[in-house]
Amino acid sequence: MIDKPDEHGKLRTIEGVYDTIITEGWKASRAWRPPNPNHLLAAIPGTVLQIIAEVGQTLKAGDPLLTLEAMKMENCIIMPFDGTIVAIRAEEGKLVKNKQLLVEIAPQDPM
Amino acid sequence: MSFKKFILDLRNRKKAAEKGGGDKAQAKQKAMGKLNARERIIAILDDNSFREYDMFVEHVARDFDMEKKKLQGDGVIIGTGTINGAPVCIYAQDFTVAGGSLGLMHSRKICKIMDHALKIRVPIIGINDSGGARIQEGVNSLAGYGEIFYRNTMASGVIPQLSVILGPCAGGAVYSPALTDFVFVVENISKMFITGPSVIKTVLGEDYTMEEIGGAKIHAQVTGNAHFYAQNELECFEQIKKLVTLLPRNNQKGSPHIAPCEPKPSKDIEEIVPSNPKLPYDIRDVIGAVVDSSDFFEVMEHFAPNIVIGFGRMKGETVGIVANQPKVLAGVLDCDSSDKAARFIRYCDSFGIPLLVFEDMPGYLPGIDQEHMGVIRHGAKVLYAFSEASVPKITVIIRKAYGGGYIAMNSRHMRADFVFAWPTAEIAVMGPEGAANIVFRREIEDSVDPEAMRAEKIAEYREKFANPYVAASKGYVDEVIEPTETRDRLIHALQVSRDKQVYWPEKKHGVPPF
Repeated sequence: MIDKPDEHGKLRTIEGVYDTIITEGWKASRAWRPPNPNHLLAAIPGTVLQIIAEVGQTLKAGDPLLTLEAMKMENCIIMPFDGTIVAIRAEEGKLVKNKQLLVEIAPQDPM
Repeated sequence: MSFKKFILDLRNRKKAAEKGGGDKAQAKQKAMGKLNARERIIAILDDNSFREYDMFVEHVARDFDMEKKKLQGDGVIIGTGTINGAPVCIYAQDFTVAGGSLGLMHSRKICKIMDHALKIRVPIIGINDSGGARIQEGVNSLAGYGEIFYRNTMASGVIPQLSVILGPCAGGAVYSPALTDFVFVVENISKMFITGPSVIKTVLGEDYTMEEIGGAKIHAQVTGNAHFYAQNELECFEQIKKLVTLLPRNNQKGSPHIAPCEPKPSKDIEEIVPSNPKLPYDIRDVIGAVVDSSDFFEVMEHFAPNIVIGFGRMKGETVGIVANQPKVLAGVLDCDSSDKAARFIRYCDSFGIPLLVFEDMPGYLPGIDQEHMGVIRHGAKVLYAFSEASVPKITVIIRKAYGGGYIAMNSRHMRADFVFAWPTAEIAVMGPEGAANIVFRREIEDSVDPEAMRAEKIAEYREKFANPYVAASKGYVDEVIEPTETRDRLIHALQVSRDKQVYWPEKKHGVPPF
């Protein structure tokens, strides 16, 4: 394990340790986390128009969960796979930001 | 020595060569759920059409005791054949022979078949399944890759180049697929990345699997490096065959013509677009109502789904289609969708494939994310691509066409040949909500009830401007058509544009915003 390089950081490669200058792009980068498939995030900023699903409901893939008004359109957020609603984080009438958590779901246990 | 002996000797040599890396290596390949190189080629090409060359080529490595090793065909199989009667050149790396690693002669074989393809002007299909450069051959391996990449570039825009990733493709090797026109990936089998898990772990201390870094789904959905995604190899081969039958075999010959066929849509074209402009629909239903047999072959289906690209046929002739998808992200344009569209437009332009554009987009995706990712630079690619395209370009504005996106999506100003609009089209500089706030700011501020005044002004703006007639009155839209007339107008437009010629200022080439 190495520490993240600092301002004029040391960058370790396979050959050895380099004294080097770190670019802005590198400084802005964050470690990638695989997206959580059970977290439905807003793909576009907008206003939540209507929440259709309820906590605890069991739904099928394609079932509507909520509508988001964005870019002059009513975007319908749908269930990506069969499962249940664990939590609804969005509120009707409230603005949501890009990548904001809207709904937490859990997949159906394969019987 | 009887004549028969010569024949038998040849047959024995061929049989040995066909074993590749030997029975054990073949069994390992099977165990990984992969077909071997020859099986893949036979499955893609027409029956009995494959003729193999350079079967007896041997490697030239002399370091590290390599002269003691016999590598059949130096790990790659090259040849010619036909797909649905159309000639193609093909090569497939053989993972059973030294892990399909690339050495000098391996690369020479690939270069030979690429040179053939470029000379006889037919598509080249490359099946990648290789551990990468053969370390034992040192710089010769790098030279080998370099020669391939140069040829990929020289052939670009002359013959269709397809890359099929049916195994690992790591390090420098990925640049060949990246330079080709269409990349096919298969779930669980394709792995493409520059730096693998071990390098990332050593340098950054982060632990990721090959699948997370560059598996098939990642390239189909996230990176946009893959154009076609299949669940298994056989599905992939069907995709390859379908694509080859749609594409012109080189940039001089037109696309293969088949008998025209009327569309068989599941929905009536007038029922697709909801009358409420805020409700989404699937633009592919509109495309299906217009193209021959309702057969739309989508490209890059899983990447930037807010724009849809693909091939279809109009009266038997292949066309390229670019369409906004209102069902996803409201059909906005953003970095990824701009990249996706721009390269496809350039491909169609290189090969003389006419472009049909179906427009329904509310603008560009706002946000600091997009700005910092360079939506300016990426969006400019679409403008450049459409402007420079000299194939017949026809646009149908279905619904929303606002602001910069209206210009970018093959407007009259990008020298579209024909621009049609449905009566539901809304062609304006800004949405009514935004525009009313600016244009009627004084009236709204000074009014007794600003909210009511704002609502009134929004309705007024919508009535006056969110329609196709303002643009039609200025000649920016050639004709406002009924949805049922769409296919007829497009076929006629393509028919009259057959011999289109444009004249440009002389230049070596432009400087697109790469």
